[in-house]
Order: sequence, then structure tokens, then C-alpha cells
Amino acid sequence: MFSSLAAKLDGILKKLQGHGKLDERTVDEALRELRLALLEADVNYRVVKDFVASIRPKALSEQVLASITPGHQVAWIVHQEMVRLLGGESAPIHWSGIDPMVIMLAGLQGSGKTTTAAKLALLLKRQQRRVLLVAADVYRPAAVAQLRTLSSQIGVDCDGGEGDPVAICSAAAVRARREVYDAVVLDTAGRLHIDSEMMEELARIVAAVSPKERLLVADGMTGQDAVKTAQEFHATLSLTGIILTKLDGDARGGAALSVRAVTGAPIKFVGVGEKLQDLEPFHPSRIASRILGMGDVLSLVEKARAQADEEKATEMQRRLRRGELGLSDFLDQLRQVKKMGSLEQLVSMIPGASKLGLADAQVDEGGLARMEAIILSMTKEERARPVLINGSRRKRIARGSGTTVQEVNRLLREFEAMQKMMKRVGGAKLGHRFPFGRLQ
Amino acid sequence: MKAFTRLKAGLAKTRNVLGQGLQLLRSSSAENRQELLDELEELLIQADVGIQTAGIIRDDVSAYFAVHPGATWDDVLGIVRASMVRMLSAVPPAEAAILPPIPPEVVLVIGVNGGGKTTTIGKLAYRHVQAGRRVLLGAADTFRAAAVEQLAIWADRVGADLLAQKSGADPASVAFDAVAAGRSRGNDVVILDTAGRLHTKVNLMQELLKIQRVVGKAHEGAPHEVLLVVDATMGQNAIAQARQFHQSLGITGIVVSKLDGTAKGGVVLPLARELGLPVRWLGVGEGLDDLEPFEAGAFVDALLSAD
Repeated sequence: MFSSLAAKLDGILKKLQGHGKLDERTVDEALRELRLALLEADVNYRVVKDFVASIRPKALSEQVLASITPGHQVAWIVHQEMVRLLGGESAPIHWSGIDPMVIMLAGLQGSGKTTTAAKLALLLKRQQRRVLLVAADVYRPAAVAQLRTLSSQIGVDCDGGEGDPVAICSAAAVRARREVYDAVVLDTAGRLHIDSEMMEELARIVAAVSPKERLLVADGMTGQDAVKTAQEFHATLSLTGIILTKLDGDARGGAALSVRAVTGAPIKFVGVGEKLQDLEPFHPSRIASRILGMGDVLSLVEKARAQADEEKATEMQRRLRRGELGLSDFLDQLRQVKKMGSLEQLVSMIPGASKLGLADAQVDEGGLARMEAIILSMTKEERARPVLINGSRRKRIARGSGTTVQEVNRLLREFEAMQKMMKRVGGAKLGHRFPFGRLQ
Repeated sequence: MKAFTRLKAGLAKTRNVLGQGLQLLRSSSAENRQELLDELEELLIQADVGIQTAGIIRDDVSAYFAVHPGATWDDVLGIVRASMVRMLSAVPPAEAAILPPIPPEVVLVIGVNGGGKTTTIGKLAYRHVQAGRRVLLGAADTFRAAAVEQLAIWADRVGADLLAQKSGADPASVAFDAVAAGRSRGNDVVILDTAGRLHTKVNLMQELLKIQRVVGKAHEGAPHEVLLVVDATMGQNAIAQARQFHQSLGITGIVVSKLDGTAKGGVVLPLARELGLPVRWLGVGEGLDDLEPFEAGAFVDALLSAD
């Protein structure tokens, strides 16, 4: 997400930081490049104009120009302005009252409402909330069947399906109160913001069930039109938030920067993958860092912390020091990584990922599964002492895991290399000998 | 011309931005050429035409100004129009693909999630059925929940045959079966629906390649047409999408969907210019017959139309 924009902006800011002194011309040149990069990323034209205009006077102020590191100061200003543009603080869903929290999702066709409804329900369920999913899209063929299938996949109740969408939502709200659900997620039909009849329907649903959260689901790959769509939905619903979807591609996320700016409604969640757990709360400052190529270490650490097993880690460290790591530990590591989410997602959080050429790295997720299969096809003894694995064992392992001997070889080679490096790191005292220290 | 009117209705809101902006420019124009060019470029960028392509059109107008100092506003519009039409006509005309010697013709439909593949297939099937051809739809989107049911409803609606397995089945095997069934049942056209996928997912692109390969084994020369569905609301990312899909599979044509919104489909210009891919169809609504054959002149007229 945002990787190519990050690479561009990083280049621009680096160039600026290379200057010992800044003058108006240098700053203007950088701002021009910034403007083009943002436009290419589909940030709305007007938003870009305002954004650049807000940075210029600050960047050209006495304070900045007279400082020792003017370039860094400008980079900092850009970061601050971007955080402001993205909405400052992150905006979680506010729980209040005893009534079920009604959350309404609306948006254009194909923006990802139904999938997002299920993802949101799963997220809430994991927060120990009782959720009722409501299928209020009676227009698109099989939309109801889609939501029902998803709801049974995540183990959440599903209501609605036939008849008038307003009646469906009202009935669901009544049921939710009677059966004491914590939250109701309304999946409405996709509609064009210029279709007055359909927009009217949304207004009637709001009047009937007064949802506390009215969220616009918007495709992260949308172009300049994102702004107009958001404005129209905002005018009808007075949105309380936005969910951006499909940010796991190489979209430069311009829509993210625009919609919040024109509606003032905060971005609450972002969809970052095909799996139902791939919905994340949105953190403006972290995303700004990511866009500016500064990485998102906070999210990375949080993810690791959420998944890691403290005891296992200590044990691992001890054995690592002694150089006793076997393939089963390798397998544990693989599984830990898998639990943290998709590799592409993780890579995008590494500071400077775009510079290292990692941003567009094509990560082969299937490769992880194959590695796992290979290790699982080994005996316990083989996992502990990989030296045992001779030619005929390799053949057996390849057959057992549905891979090839070459793949088994590669895994063993990689493991060996890792082990060597680990021994060196493990043997060294922290802060002294770095593994590559000798190269100099 | 009925087709053109409908397209224009679909592109109706375009005039609000590009067309209407051009109108405004007309009334304020002639004072300062530089300013006018800047505003023109701005309008084009707001129509998702992209910076580079907007720059080219700007340069065309600027060059015209240099030779014709007394150029009128209509001249400017004419240059913009000609510049756009040229970009769109540089690619081979969107004639129907050459029909294979032995039916069925196999059409593979691909694209990112939520782009409108299934709806496009429904409308495309309807066109074929109306023309008296026997159509079979293959439900190779076995990933998304209820995608098979959605296609089944369309098949029923337009009177096409359907081949489907259960959700979660191997899409390549469904595709193979669909083409084989199309052959033995004597269908004229087999249209394959695939799961939406982001072009950056390596394994999912490989899945598409496998479908393509397997279909070729079921029928000589298949797939005869690979259609990429591009959402008109999409910004510059549409180019990255098309480039990646084209590199992997070799696209034979593009369908621009959802032109009935306020989005202008301006990204079609850089798509044609940079990738040389022909646009074949335009989706202009949710009705059965809301699929129009692409025609460069009419498309540009609708894009620039001010009334």
C-alpha cells in the first residue's frame, strides 16, 4: 500500500535534505515535484493545491531557512501536514449507550461493501461483541447469498434478505434490541451517488434505524472522482467515517488523502487483503510515515507483539545463542510470520522499504506453505539434525510434501546459511561485533 | 443515433467537470493564453486523463496557438478532440475478434475485484443471445462467496447455458469443463467468469495463466479473446493494472465499466496511448442492453460534450 508514492516522495525529500542551504527556488522545485507525485497518485486536484499551498509558507519561513538542517525541517513539515490531511488522531468506533450499535455501510457498486461488512463483523466479534449482519442488498443478484455464506464462515448471525431494504433494516434493529446484540452491521446495495431514488432509500434507512455509524466504503484505487462520490454520500448520510478498501495492491492511495480532506469524516478502517481478517484500524500518523517512506515500525511491533509467544521467544533466544536451532524452530518461525499477516503487508511497514527496492517485491505467499510442507514431511530426528538428510531422504521428503528435490535442497541451504549467521549474532555481545563488521 | 445518446447519458456528469469546465473557460478565455493552457491541463487531470496525457494535449493546443494566433475557442476544442481521437485510434479498431474455424469462441474475462466482470458478462451474453448465438457461461470464479449463484442468475436471465462446480473448486478445471461442454453441446460462444484479483498478487496471476493454458488444451486457439474489465471510476492505477494483466496474459481488449457514474473514464486515453490496447465495450448501466461497442469519435464527443 502506498509504496510507489512513498518511493517518489522519499526521493524528493532526500534531494531536499542534500542541500545545505535552501532558497525559494529549491523549495518551489521540490514542491512542484511533490505536486506531480501526488497527482499521479490520484490525489484530488484541489486537495493537492491546498496541500502544497499549506506547506510553502511554512517551508519558506525564517526559522526553517536559517536552521542548520533546513531540508529535514521541510520533510518534517510535509509529514505534519500529511498527518493533518489524513485526519490527525485515529478514530475508533465509539461505543455508547445500551442499545445495539447500528453500523451502516454504503458506497458505489463494487467498492467492497459485502466483504467489508463480514470483515468488520469478524473484527467486532474478536473484540467479544455479539454481532448481527444484515443483508439489505436486494438488487444485486446473489448479494444476500454472498453475505450469508460469509457470515457462516465467520460464525456470526445473519438477517434480512428479501423485500424492502428499509423494512429489512428496521426489523433487524428490532431483533437486535430484543436479542441483545452489541452491534448490527447493515450491508446496503451499491448505488451511484447521482441516482436520487437510491440515495433517497439510504436516507429512509437512516430515518428508520438511526445508525450511529454511517460509513462510506470506498475503493482505494478510485481516481479523481472519489471526492465527488464522497461528497454526495456525505450530503445524504452525513458520514461518520470512511472505510478504504483494496489497499493491498499497488494503488498509490490518493483517494485516502482526498476523501478525508473533502468530507472531514475520518478514515476508520482500511481493507488490506482478501482474507476476512484483513481489515485494520487506520492510524493517520503511521500511514503518513509509510507514505513518506519512514516505515511503520509501530504497527509492525504491535503485530509481532499480538502474535508472539513470550516464553517461546526467550527459549528460542537461549538456544539461538548456543547455536542449537533446528528445523522445527524454523517451522515455528514460519508460523509466527504467517500469523502476523501477509508478507507484503509486513514488508510495507519496514522503514525505507521503498528505497531498498522491497516495496514492489513480489512476495510468493505460496512459498511459505511449501516450506512448511517440506519441514512437515521430515521426521523429528531429521528436523533436529538436518545433516542426516541424505539423497534418498531428500527424495522421500520431496515426494511427501509434493515438492521437488531442488526445493528441498534450497530450503536446507537457506537454513544452513541462517544457522551460520545466527551463531555469529548469538555469539557476539550486543552492540559489539555486528555480523558484517568484519567486512570492512 | 440511439447508441450515442445513451453513451452521452451515461457520461452525463462528465460535462459537469470537463465539458462544463471547458464552457466556463470559453467565457473567460482569450485574455491570457498561458493561464488558459494551465486551466485546460487542470481540467484534463481532473478527468483522470493523467499528467502525461494531459501534457500532450496541452502541447497540441499550444502548438496550434503558435501557428494560429487568432485561434477561436471552437478551434481549441477541435484540437483537444482531434488529439484525443488520435490517441484512441492509434490502436487497432475494435472489430470483433476473428472467429475460430471451429466453434465455440472462448472469451476469458478478467479484472480486479469489484470492477464489474460478472455484470459485464451478463450483458455481453445477452448481446450474443440476441444475435442468435448459443452462449455458455463458465463460473470459474470459485473464490468469492456466492459468485457462482450470481452468474447463474445472469445465465437464467439472458437465456444462456451455465457450467458451474461448487464454490472452492479449482477454477482451471471449471474453465476446462466449460469449454469442453461448449464444444460437445455445440455452443457458439463460451464466456468464462474469473475471480477478481489484484494484479500484484503473484500466485493469483499464476492461477489465471493456468486457466489460460488449460483452456487452450480443451479447444484449439482458446481463449480467443481475453477481456480486461476496467472500472471507469478508477484512477491512474488502471494503467498499472492493465500493464500487469497484459504482460501476464496478453489482453486482446478492454471493457470500460460503470460509465453511468460521474467518472469520466478519462483513464481510457492513457490506457490506449501507453499500452496500445483496444477498447471493445463500454458499460453504461445495469440494464441488459447497457453495453455499447466502443467508437473513438463518439466516446470523445461524449467526454467533451457540454450540453
